[in-house]
Amino acid sequence: MTTSTTPASAGTRAGAEVRLESLRRSYGAVPALDGLDLVLHPGELVALLGPSGCGKTTALRLVAGLEDADSGRVVVGGRDVTRLPASRRDMGMVFQAYSLFPHMTSLENVAFGLRLRGQAARERHRRAGEVLELVGLSAQADRYPHQMSGGQQQRVALARALAIQPTVLLLDEPLSALDAKVRAQLRDEIRRVQLEVGITTLFVTHDQEEALAVADRVGVMNSGRLEQVGSPTDVYHRPATPFVAEFVGLSNKLPATVADGSAEVLGVRLPLVDPRAEPGAALAVVRPESVGLTPAEGDGPLVGTVVATSFLGAVSRVRVDLGPVGTVLAQLPTAEAGRFAPGARARIGLRPEPVVVVRPHE
Amino acid sequence: MTAPPHLGPAATSLATAPERTGAGLHARRLRRRKMVRGVLLAAFAAFFGIPLLALVEFSTRERGAGGGRTLEAWKAIPQYPGLPEAIVASLQLAALTSVGALFLLVPTMVWVRLRLPRLSRLVEFLCLLPLTIPAIVLVVGWAPLYLWINYFTPRTYQSTPLVLTFAYVVLVLPYAYRTLDSGLSAIDVRTLSEAARSLGASWATVLLRVIAPNLGPAILNAALLSVALVLGEFTVASLLNYVNVQVAMNAIGQAEARVAVAVAAGALMSVFLLLFLLSFVGRGPRRVRSTR
Repeated sequence: MTTSTTPASAGTRAGAEVRLESLRRSYGAVPALDGLDLVLHPGELVALLGPSGCGKTTALRLVAGLEDADSGRVVVGGRDVTRLPASRRDMGMVFQAYSLFPHMTSLENVAFGLRLRGQAARERHRRAGEVLELVGLSAQADRYPHQMSGGQQQRVALARALAIQPTVLLLDEPLSALDAKVRAQLRDEIRRVQLEVGITTLFVTHDQEEALAVADRVGVMNSGRLEQVGSPTDVYHRPATPFVAEFVGLSNKLPATVADGSAEVLGVRLPLVDPRAEPGAALAVVRPESVGLTPAEGDGPLVGTVVATSFLGAVSRVRVDLGPVGTVLAQLPTAEAGRFAPGARARIGLRPEPVVVVRPHE
Repeated sequence: MTAPPHLGPAATSLATAPERTGAGLHARRLRRRKMVRGVLLAAFAAFFGIPLLALVEFSTRERGAGGGRTLEAWKAIPQYPGLPEAIVASLQLAALTSVGALFLLVPTMVWVRLRLPRLSRLVEFLCLLPLTIPAIVLVVGWAPLYLWINYFTPRTYQSTPLVLTFAYVVLVLPYAYRTLDSGLSAIDVRTLSEAARSLGASWATVLLRVIAPNLGPAILNAALLSVALVLGEFTVASLLNYVNVQVAMNAIGQAEARVAVAVAAGALMSVFLLLFLLSFVGRGPRRVRSTR
């Protein structure tokens, strides 16, 4: 897709800072958000990532004004908008479900917000056309939602959200209803458009690949609280908590002994992400890509039997049964993984990368 | 389909046999379906058409022996004392009831869906309640209320049957509720309204520009059912001493059966025509318009 639209012609305002301060929200006795603090810097894309029910969508809906906070504040560009209704918050939102108005064409959908702002027909249609071009759908301007694919509908929804030149863009799992290929395309598209217009964006998703791929920073949520906020690399390689270590990416939990700021795992000493971890028996969370395999004969503490391999394209995952230790998952280049058919004997090796340790009961 | 050469012509005929059988089966099914459709259509046409034809036949029959045809009864409709007024009143009542029921139900149902989903069962129960209560019981309850309504109504309007609108809105609630409920279930009210709200729409705009246009067929059907019910309503109007078309027809029927039957036939044909027209409006093809 080609587009010649520049940030200036897209016309969206420069991003504003968004502050969520001690936001709390409960549904009956169940707390959905338990004192959420988060700052989105101007023009930044922050992804809120977490399992279902962790409170990420609630946080987004509180920012949008679609729900009221029990306590706490939402401050946008220095202005407290906590008590403002959704219609006066000046935020663009793309929903998980297809949300285009079925009785309007793409162009009418995109122009809807501008019409509410009293823009003249000619001006709003020009602007709507411009934003449709930004998302590469100017040829679909006269199509109704039912005449478009899911991906096209979500792109129109993105254009509609951007057309009103909002101060903040809110994306509530906008890709979850799409198939894998369209999802990856649109994910990149969203990032391109966000960078092009420089709008502060809060992106809620349960798909870690999506979050890690598009966000400047990722906030991992659990039980209504933020466990960690950091760059995708930090969140993946330096998880702040056991939950983050286990939730983001695949991991093996291997028996370890913590001592002197490092952990001994299967006879190998590995550095700790948090050197202050208490000494004693623990489980080390080891990424599959930190596990190496070599063909082996005979027995030994690090030798096991390959029980399954999964082909994932450029890489493959191999599961090795180590007996009393359990199974260990290794991720290898596919060419290398070809040597480890189910039933083969393999020796595992651990790369000396920092690991997170959890206590056995956690 | 051609069979592989080593299998020979026998295989060819075997290979094509299932194809022929499948096509034949499909054609037979289609024929049977068409026949069932035709029989059902004929049965329904007879069920509705024969009484209507009988009404027309009776209302156009000349008095006395001889069996000639005359439009005398039909021509007498506009001249019959009180009848044109009753027809106008019923039409007005139908319009007012439809509008009243829609104004009451659409915002309430949308609001309950969006903000008070816990009340949906209660609202449904209240709306369906009139269906379970006999009209005579309703009238006994309403009679004192109508005394108060008359008490507060200016003298010139006291005998107007239009006050029946209040009662008729209650009577049409179950039908209008069911129709609108299925219409609302067919669209994602929450997402559409939240999308509109996030774009800056007030609740009124959400209702009028986003929800209502997508409820078009349901609103039309609810209006149609309301109109049909009001045009055929007799018990409540009669017992509350108001004159609508059914009450007038009943009165005429005591003295002039042919005119009463002509009015009945006319009313039925009008409702059928209305239903026919509304069904086309409701499912009209969605045009691809240009807004440029």
